[in-house]
Amino acid sequence: MSAASTAGTAKEPVAVVGIGQTKHVAARRDVSIAGLVREAARRALDDAESTWADIDAVVIGKAPDFFEGVMMPELYLADALGAVGKPMLRVHTAGSVGGSTALVAANLVAARVHRTVLTLAFEKQSESNAMWGLSLPVPFQQPLLAGAGGFFAPHVRAYMRRTGAPDTIGSLVAYKDRRNALKNPYAHLHEHDITLEKVQSSPMLWDPIRYSETCPSSDGACAMVLTDRAGAARSPRPPAWMLGGAMRSEPTLFAGKDFVSPRAGRDCAADVYRQAGITDPRRQIDAVEMYVPFSWYEPMWLENLGFAEEGEGWKLTEAGVTEIDGDLPVNPSGGVLSTNPIGASGMIRFAEAALQVRGQAGEHQIEGARTALGHAYGGGAQFFSMWLVGDRPPTA
Amino acid sequence: MTAAPETLRAPFVVEFPFTRSLGPVQSAFLTGLRERVLLGVRTETGRVLVPPVEYDPETAAELRDLVELAPTGTVTTWAWNPEPRRGQPLTTPFAWVLVRPDGADTALLHALDAPGPESVRTGMRVRIRWAAERQGAITDIACFEPYGNADAGEEGGAAAGTGARPHDGVFDQPVTGIVTPARLDYTYTPGRAQTAWLHDLAERRTVGERCPSCAKVYVPPRGACPTCGVATTERVEVGPRGTVTTFCIVNIKAKNLDIEVPYVYAHIALDGAGLALHGRIGGIPYDQVRMGLRVEPVWTEGGRYPDHYRPSGEPDADYGTYKELL
Repeated sequence: MSAASTAGTAKEPVAVVGIGQTKHVAARRDVSIAGLVREAARRALDDAESTWADIDAVVIGKAPDFFEGVMMPELYLADALGAVGKPMLRVHTAGSVGGSTALVAANLVAARVHRTVLTLAFEKQSESNAMWGLSLPVPFQQPLLAGAGGFFAPHVRAYMRRTGAPDTIGSLVAYKDRRNALKNPYAHLHEHDITLEKVQSSPMLWDPIRYSETCPSSDGACAMVLTDRAGAARSPRPPAWMLGGAMRSEPTLFAGKDFVSPRAGRDCAADVYRQAGITDPRRQIDAVEMYVPFSWYEPMWLENLGFAEEGEGWKLTEAGVTEIDGDLPVNPSGGVLSTNPIGASGMIRFAEAALQVRGQAGEHQIEGARTALGHAYGGGAQFFSMWLVGDRPPTA
Repeated sequence: MTAAPETLRAPFVVEFPFTRSLGPVQSAFLTGLRERVLLGVRTETGRVLVPPVEYDPETAAELRDLVELAPTGTVTTWAWNPEPRRGQPLTTPFAWVLVRPDGADTALLHALDAPGPESVRTGMRVRIRWAAERQGAITDIACFEPYGNADAGEEGGAAAGTGARPHDGVFDQPVTGIVTPARLDYTYTPGRAQTAWLHDLAERRTVGERCPSCAKVYVPPRGACPTCGVATTERVEVGPRGTVTTFCIVNIKAKNLDIEVPYVYAHIALDGAGLALHGRIGGIPYDQVRMGLRVEPVWTEGGRYPDHYRPSGEPDADYGTYKELL
C-alpha cells in the first residue's frame, strides 16, 4: 500500500462484475455437487455476460472434505467449472472459507497474475452431517458434551455478562434477519409468518440460545467473476470495486483467547479499513453482511469490527440501527441465520456486499449504498476474512 | 525424576455413510446398470465417454446425449491385485482393469476375474458379469470376465462410436441417490505432552505445562505454547478445584451422549491454569449454576476424565479473578 506509489507498481484494482447464487434449500436432491456449483457459476457468468473462455483461472472453496465425504472435490469439479487447462486452486479456512476464497481470487487479479478469475464456494450439507464431521471421536480426548450450539452458547453468556445486554437482544436479531430473508429470493428460510413472539417462544436449546436464533443447514453455492480495470470497462452492469481485503487467524483455543472479541477479527477489520481509508466505519460504511451463525454474534461482531465501542454493540441492535431501514443495515440478505451452506456462507456475505454497491440487491437493496463490508469467520473464531467494496474504484 | 510414560497409541476409525444426490446423468447411468444397460455420453465432437459425465472435460459444455454401449470391451491396461482388501469387488485375487467398452472412446475402471496375472493381457476381450441382485450402483457390475479367445487388434475392438446407440436415459423408478459408506483407519497418538497428562489423570491429578516465555499454564498441555511458539516442559499441577467461568444449559440430547437433559455444560478454570477446560456441572440444580461458582471434580471408577464437577462449597469467585479465562 504505502510502497505502491506509481501506476506501474500499484495493485491492479479488482472489480466484481458477475454474481450468481443457487436458491439455497435444505436439500438439493435433484443435482449432483457438480450440478450445484455449475448452476451458481453459470449465473455469475451470465450476470457478467461472459463465457467460460473469458475465465483465466478458477478459485474454489468449501469447508472440510468430511462434510460431503468427497476427498479433494475440486478435482472432479474442474469439468463443471470449465477449469480444464487453466489454473485451479482450492482454499480451505473452515467457516470463513467463502471469504478467503474470494480474497485469494481477488489477489490473483490485484497482482496481475490473471485478468479474470471465477471464484466459487459451496456446501451440500444434505450429503452428510457437519456436526459429525466436526466431532470425530478422537481417542483419549474428552468429547464435547454439548452438541452444535453448545460450543457457542457459553461465549454468548460471556458477552451478556461483560456488557449487561438484556436477554432479548438475540431475538431481535433473529426476527430482523428472518424478515430480511423474505426480501431475498435466494435465502433458504422464508418464514412468512415470523413474529418476534414466535422467536422468543421458540425452544431454548442451549440456554441462552433459542432454536430460532440458530442458523439452518443448507445446500447451496455462490460464485463471482472478478476482473481487472479493462474487464470492468466491458462490464454490462455496474461493477463493485474492492477497496480493501484482509485475512487473519489465531488458534482456536489459547491462554488469553477472547472469544467475545477475538483479536484476529479486530486486526483484520483494522487492516481492511486502513487499506480503504475508513476512519469511522459506523458513518462511512452503508451496509454490512457479517457472519452471524447465532443471533448474538451480531452485537458481538458490531464491537469486534469497530462499529460500536466495547460493550455497546447491543445498543445498536436494540435501537433498530441494524434494521434494513436503519442507518447501519446488517445482513439485509437475511444472513447466515437464514441461509447456511457452510463453505459458501462467507462468499455469500462478500457477494451480497457487492450486490449492494452495484445496486443489484433487488428487494433488499439499501438505497444509495456506496460502501459495504463483507465479513466471514470460522473454525471456532480461528479464521477471519473480510472485504470492503464500493461503487467506484479505489483512488490511487 | 521418573521416566516419561510410553507414548500412547490407539486405533482411530472414521466411518460415515455419505449420501449422494446423483443428478440426471449419474442417475441414468446407475439406473441403467440395474437394468443391465451400460450407458455412456456423447460429446459435441462425437466422442463417447464412459462412465458418462455431466460436463465435457474439454469444452465445459453440458452433456446429456446418452448412448447405450455393448457389455463387451477391451482391456487397455491392468494391474494384478494379489491380496484383495475389505470392500473391494472380489474376495479372490483379481486384476484391476481399465476396460474400453465397444463403442466408447474412454475406459472404465473395474475388476477382472482371472485365474492369475499370466492370464491377463492388454488387448484381451472381456465382458460384463452382472451381479445377480442389482440396485443401481457400480457394484451392479460384479466384475468383468474374459470373453472369447481372440485379442482385439491394435485399434482394440469395435471402432469408437460405431457400437453406441442413442438412449433417452429414461427408466421406471430411477435411482436418484446412493449411499457411499466411507471408512478410514488411522492409528492415533496423542504425543508426549498429552500422554503425560493422561498418565497423571489416571491418578486423578491434573498436570499442565508452563510456557517459559509467557508463564501461562496449559491444560491439557500441547508440548508448545501457541502464542509464544516455544516448547513447554515445566510440569505444573493445577486444581483440583476451579471456577465456572461461563456455561450453557443443554436442553436437547446430543447424538451419542447419554446424559439426561437439562444439564449444564461449563468452562472451568482450574486453579492455576492459564485457560479453561470444559465439563459438566452436577450436584446442584441446573438453574442455580452461575458464573463464578466454585467447583471440584467428581470421579467415577475407571473414568479417564472427571465424570462431572460439583460445587465445592466455597464462596463464588469474584468476576475479576476469572474474566480473562472465559
